[in-house]
Amino acid sequence: MDAQAMHIANGIVNGTVSAIFAAFAALALAFCVWRARADLDDRLAPMAGLVAAFIFAVQMLNFQVLPGVSGHLLGGTLAVVLVGPWVGALCVSTVLIIQCLLFADGGLTALGLNITNMAIIGTAAGYLLVAGLLRVLPKTPSGLGTTALIASVVGVVAASQGFVFEYWLGGTTQLSMPWVSGTMAGTHLLIGIGEGLIAATTVATVARVRPDLVYALRRFRTPPAPVAATTAAAPATVSGGQA
Amino acid sequence: MTRRLGWFLAGGLLVALLLAGVVSNFASGSPDGLDATAREGCTFDAHGEITGGTCMLQQEQAHQLADSPLADYGIRGIDNPYLSTGLAGVLGVLVTFAIGGGVSWLVRRRSPEKV
Repeated sequence: MDAQAMHIANGIVNGTVSAIFAAFAALALAFCVWRARADLDDRLAPMAGLVAAFIFAVQMLNFQVLPGVSGHLLGGTLAVVLVGPWVGALCVSTVLIIQCLLFADGGLTALGLNITNMAIIGTAAGYLLVAGLLRVLPKTPSGLGTTALIASVVGVVAASQGFVFEYWLGGTTQLSMPWVSGTMAGTHLLIGIGEGLIAATTVATVARVRPDLVYALRRFRTPPAPVAATTAAAPATVSGGQA
Repeated sequence: MTRRLGWFLAGGLLVALLLAGVVSNFASGSPDGLDATAREGCTFDAHGEITGGTCMLQQEQAHQLADSPLADYGIRGIDNPYLSTGLAGVLGVLVTFAIGGGVSWLVRRRSPEKV
């Protein structure tokens, strides 16, 4: 018996909420394409293909986290470290779209929900953690591995809560939301640790073999955009300067 | 694209192909975190049909493309489960690399204004 369904199926969240998130995912991905073009050069473009293919492969490898419960890598943090946040979100989306259209995994109606959770929320949370941690941790293979481990755990739990939010908005069965949230967070904490170990091993290996191919080591070197640090003379203009 | 990058890509792709083509057959068959949560509260018979209780999966609908020849990570017509899963994985890795890499290559920045 093959229990190969890995993503949200059709009918779990109602049509209206699914459509809203499909529109949101489309807009977010369009924004990512726009930002990704600045990153994609002769080196990063083929890397994007490899990262997407690698995530597809590793998503097939369900590992046991509890009796009767397994988990698999989502890949957001891994992608952020290797190819950056914008290209990374597109890599995870590519995998989800191919899984949906070719392998009938993750409902077509639910595609926007799955992309929102795994490609956008999971990747964004992973990115914030990676960008923050690399200001503190050493930019060595082990420092990068530790960063990927921690960011993966947070990214996976964040993605699971994305589903909880969607289910709260449009779940088709009456269930206790604290129970849904707690169960999803608990299992995904364990899945996140598994994902973190895979991601850490992968990025540390690439950092050892070809550090020049690791986006996080090349591009996060410069300090991030000033967070509205209003210097004496500058009038307090906009404070919502988000990274 | 330099030759060194070509070797790295070939190596990485080989690892992905081995994982999807071979290691995937040793993956856990238990429902994943999401699926397990969706099943909790319901009872199931031997065929996986819901027999009672309350759970998310009650309202689940079939996938629009459930008849896809590659549905559920297998290749229809190949009876050997190892071969079926392995070949589906290999195919998936190659298609993902081709689409992901191909689209990225087409939209990439041509003039190296910043390195």
